[in-house]
Amino acid sequence: MMMVVLACVLWALGWWLNVRLANGPGSEQMAVKLAIPLIFGITILIVWELLVRGFGVNPVILPAPSSVISRMSGEGAILWADFRQTILKGALSGYVIGAGAALVVAVIADRSDFLTRGILPVGSFMAALPIVGTAPIFVKWLGSDWESKAAVVAVMVFFPILVNTVAGLKDTTVMQRDLMRTYGAGYWPTLLKLRLPAAMPFIFNGLKIGTTLALIGAIVAEFFGSPTVGMGFRISTSFGQLALDMVWAEIVVAALAGSALYGLMTLAEKRVTFWHPSQR
Amino acid sequence: MKSVVPVLSVIAAIIGFWLLAVIPMNMHLVADQAQRDGAVVMPDTPIARQEVSGIALAVKNPDLIPLTYDFNRPRLPAPQQVAKEMYDTIIGQRITSKRSLVYHGWVTLAPTLLGFVIGTGLGVLLAVGIVYSRVMDRSVMPWAIVSQTIPILALAPMVIVVLGSMGVQGLFPKSIIAAYLSFFPVVVGMVKGLRSPDAMQLDLLRTYNASKSQGFWSLRLPASAPYLFASFKIGISASLVGTIVAELPTGARAGFGARMLVGDQYGQPLVSWAALFAAALTAAALVGLFGLIERITLRRMGMQAT
Repeated sequence: MMMVVLACVLWALGWWLNVRLANGPGSEQMAVKLAIPLIFGITILIVWELLVRGFGVNPVILPAPSSVISRMSGEGAILWADFRQTILKGALSGYVIGAGAALVVAVIADRSDFLTRGILPVGSFMAALPIVGTAPIFVKWLGSDWESKAAVVAVMVFFPILVNTVAGLKDTTVMQRDLMRTYGAGYWPTLLKLRLPAAMPFIFNGLKIGTTLALIGAIVAEFFGSPTVGMGFRISTSFGQLALDMVWAEIVVAALAGSALYGLMTLAEKRVTFWHPSQR
Repeated sequence: MKSVVPVLSVIAAIIGFWLLAVIPMNMHLVADQAQRDGAVVMPDTPIARQEVSGIALAVKNPDLIPLTYDFNRPRLPAPQQVAKEMYDTIIGQRITSKRSLVYHGWVTLAPTLLGFVIGTGLGVLLAVGIVYSRVMDRSVMPWAIVSQTIPILALAPMVIVVLGSMGVQGLFPKSIIAAYLSFFPVVVGMVKGLRSPDAMQLDLLRTYNASKSQGFWSLRLPASAPYLFASFKIGISASLVGTIVAELPTGARAGFGARMLVGDQYGQPLVSWAALFAAALTAAALVGLFGLIERITLRRMGMQAT
């Protein structure tokens, strides 16, 4: 009971602190802006820990954060092997293949107005479909190692990136293109110096959508067949052994990987599209 | 309307590519089967056939090509086989039958819609909270954005099993996943929408001496409609994907996800493919429905539908 009361008190304390910080004089400072969500997150973690202990929640249903953390530090080697198999081999290679194919197809489609008008609706339609359902089919075709995961990921990220790139390549004004023509620039210089840079905000939008899809595709595809390593494999087998702290450890790794990939894309976007109003 | 012809040509090209791909994908299986039936196949042992590609095999045995389009357990079924299977299971069966895709579709659709309603409802509430409370904005909003980069969908099957072991079964566990997946797109879109009125419009309301609630109902809420509909379209397809993934590896007996897995495990690829396409049609219908509602609503509100 003490733990539960303590949890309530801590929750109130954290909230009060955030109210003070958010409405206080320094609320526009960078440090405070960072501190508020951090306090919120840490408060939730502590309250979670206290409630799990206080109510004696069965670890099969919800493990305490402390046991997840100890699992993560204890099983570092396994987590790293899973990370390499699923993220580095499956998700990243699929992501690169899918994104590369989407960019190439978009540039080709962009040469003809007819193709653009055909591909845009079909592509945005495909992007809304449950493509992850093709995972069992790909596993059957390409075997259970990372190639099938890469294929699922490639198909999943292909359509959002394609649609965004095609839309982005159309985002130059007649005036800008006329200017390039007065410089005597042909198709390729115009593409490389004007239209691709102008499309970058759109392309990065697609790439950022793709990061989460890539991780989802790689992990879900492993549920249908995988070698004895990989995050999806570990999640489903640990689950079978009722080792929920291991499942949560994999979730934390997946979350970190997802955020890191997304952050990397945002960073690259900032460097590449420094000229765009949204970045200034 | 002028994009009908291009769209149709792109679709025709995809189907054409599919039709071509059927030959090499199924050639080895067809050749094995033909040999067992007594036909003469060019490389005459299965092992020798493994050495050559499907295309080479088709060139050497042109008379087997038609068989690839009508194979019983193909690696890649031909379009007309999938269409026939879909016709048989959607129209050819009573909708209460366990073999009817309409029945399985409803099993998937019901939790999707329930979850979507819960998720969007909570999402709109949280968005209102974020817009009107500085603390909520500062502490919750960063996490709402970060949470979209987490592949939570991959955990859908586990959530089902955990809830199942706690005694929660039926519609509800799947709805929770659908709700979760539609929740954050709605929060993010709705916050953007509720903040979209500019300073001039807010100032005008202040000169009218409008109260906070009046400002909400007559300015912020209507202004958020286009954003809300955009989020709805993202949310409903995310919800459907979530429900299907939740059904995939959990031993569910009904639903699109279960059909995909059953077809895969029992060597009936046609069942999987029909379920896959039926799921795609359902997603398309849902997104299309929201697009239609969006257009009608925005037109009646005097806004341009995008």
